[in-house]
Amino acid sequence: MSVLVVAEHDNKNLKSSTLNTISAAEKLSEDIHLLILGNKIEDLAKSSKSIQLVKKVIICDHEKLENQIPELSSPIISNLAENYSHILAPSSTFGKNLLPRVSAQLDVTQISDIIGIESQDTFIRPIYAGNAISYVQTNQKINLMTIRPTSFEKCEEAGGDAAVENIPFIDSEVKTTFVSREVSKSDRPELGNARVVVSGGRGLENSDNFKLLYDLADKLNAAVGASRAAVDSGYIGNEYQVGQTGKMVAPELYIAVGISGAIQHLAGMKESKVIVAINKDLEAPIFNIADYGLSSDLFQAIPEIIKELDLLNQIES
Amino acid sequence: MKVLVAVKRVVDYKVQIRVKSDNSGVETQNVKMSVNPPDENAIEEAVKLKEQGLANEIISVSIGDDKSQDVLRTSMAMGIDRSILVKSQNTLEPLAVAKTLKIIIDKEKPDLVLMGKQAIDDDSNQTGQILSALLNWPQGCFISNLKIENNKVFISREIDEGIENLETSLPAVLTCDLRLNTPRFASLPNIMKAKKKPLETIDIDTLGIDTSSKIKTLKVIEPPKRKAGIMVNDVKELVQKLKYEAKVI
Ligand SMILES: Cc1cc2nc3c(=O)[nH]c(=O)nc-3n(C[C@H](O)[C@H](O)[C@H](O)COP(=O)(O)OP(=O)(O)OC[C@H]3O[C@@H](n4cnc5c(N)ncnc54)[C@H](O)[C@@H]3O)c2cc1C
Repeated sequence: MSVLVVAEHDNKNLKSSTLNTISAAEKLSEDIHLLILGNKIEDLAKSSKSIQLVKKVIICDHEKLENQIPELSSPIISNLAENYSHILAPSSTFGKNLLPRVSAQLDVTQISDIIGIESQDTFIRPIYAGNAISYVQTNQKINLMTIRPTSFEKCEEAGGDAAVENIPFIDSEVKTTFVSREVSKSDRPELGNARVVVSGGRGLENSDNFKLLYDLADKLNAAVGASRAAVDSGYIGNEYQVGQTGKMVAPELYIAVGISGAIQHLAGMKESKVIVAINKDLEAPIFNIADYGLSSDLFQAIPEIIKELDLLNQIES
Repeated sequence: MKVLVAVKRVVDYKVQIRVKSDNSGVETQNVKMSVNPPDENAIEEAVKLKEQGLANEIISVSIGDDKSQDVLRTSMAMGIDRSILVKSQNTLEPLAVAKTLKIIIDKEKPDLVLMGKQAIDDDSNQTGQILSALLNWPQGCFISNLKIENNKVFISREIDEGIENLETSLPAVLTCDLRLNTPRFASLPNIMKAKKKPLETIDIDTLGIDTSSKIKTLKVIEPPKRKAGIMVNDVKELVQKLKYEAKVI
């Protein structure tokens, strides 16, 4: 049967989490349909139809879908459900906000944050902040699942030529109005899929000191992340938080600076390929999972690292 | 305004999780159990609404076995007026939890439901959203700020891109992030007082809903261990290792 992937996007571009979710869908079916709910999305539809794995792009284009209020978008998904064996969305705040409503509307249990697909009905998901891994099986009429983007490769964006189908907007009475979105603008790579992430914790002491991390990140073309303590203390915005209640990242290189390594933080980064920890406390638990540990004062170490990187660059050029 | 808070009893966040040797699940016997952390934020917010004179009655509900009385007593020690325990021997999936809460809500008729954004045991992050859909009430998820004025509800939600601000109305279902507030500690006199507050018990079997599991757990295993790393002596060594050994810079 066919699989439906609900696209995460900003009305202009697909978020890369959508591409990871399409790769997950490939493990379930060859007939993958991509559903895009949004406003003024003709261009987005055009660019999406070239994704090789996608057989059909389904578009619902309406001004009321501009801000992706889940009360409006979920009935449209539920209405399509009978055609599909599985409906997938990324397990981002977008997917988490939306898909459980479909679960209510279809009366099926959703499986959250899937990191592996064993078969059509058997899935792997972390529980207890990733301290245990659960294999679950279900035989419901339809499988609703959110997919952890970092557990699946991004699919190819080119090479395909999917059919595009427009479906009508179904209006629902909604009492919620969108007011505003506070989004930080940055030229750095997106935290969720950066090759290198440099994260700061309470050890940074204040937001001014975070500039040190930004400098290091820029040298490495890295995204910046943070611990919950750093966000709670106002050093940096919530969109940078890595961990059980923040974002999941799995870069090739993760550098944890002034972060102690609480399990809730590890939950978000321990799948990284190489982990570096810089902490002045030799007993900090972050050293237990680090590939390379440096026990040092970060205010001394970071400027030195930047200097070393500059030296390396000079040698190479 | 009447506020209902949903509370779950979970393994305390400081406990080192142990997978059972028969791989049937996680050890929950003889480990410290507590209120699910973001549920404490939901309780705190309800108590604040009462202190501000916006709420006149605040109640908490938990679904679980007899031991879940602890978390309800804790909520009453923090300021909740009375509690309801829906007794269930089985662990329910989010859909069944939401259906159970809906029945209590139909009876109690609160104007606002507050709950944690996720339970830190199964990390599903679904129940509030399902409940909102079942009730057909507005949904506000992952909130870090709440203001209620003349029946209008202003919320800030934490999203992956930053913050989203929404305006909605009561009744509503809101799920709380840890940053919404700082939960108070229950003082000893309040813990004593909470022992005398009303705690009603309802057997889940009397509610007439299907709470059976739709998902079977085949096995639960430990996550793969990372291989031990090394300590480097200085920055120079670190950068050399990253460049020539790990080849990641
Ligand atoms: C339900 C729940 C969910 C949570 N979710 C998350 C989450 O998603 N993400 C998350 O990160 N946390 C989360 N937490 C919080 C987590 O438990 C920790 O409190 C938090 O990760 C600690 O952040 P930290 O390491 O920056 O601060 P701390 O634990 O205070 O560590 C600071 C570290 O900096 C070091 N340091 C200080 N000064 C220097 C210096 N000059 N040079 C070098 N090192 C220095 C110290 O030695 C220390 O190890 C959650 C907690 C709960 C209860």
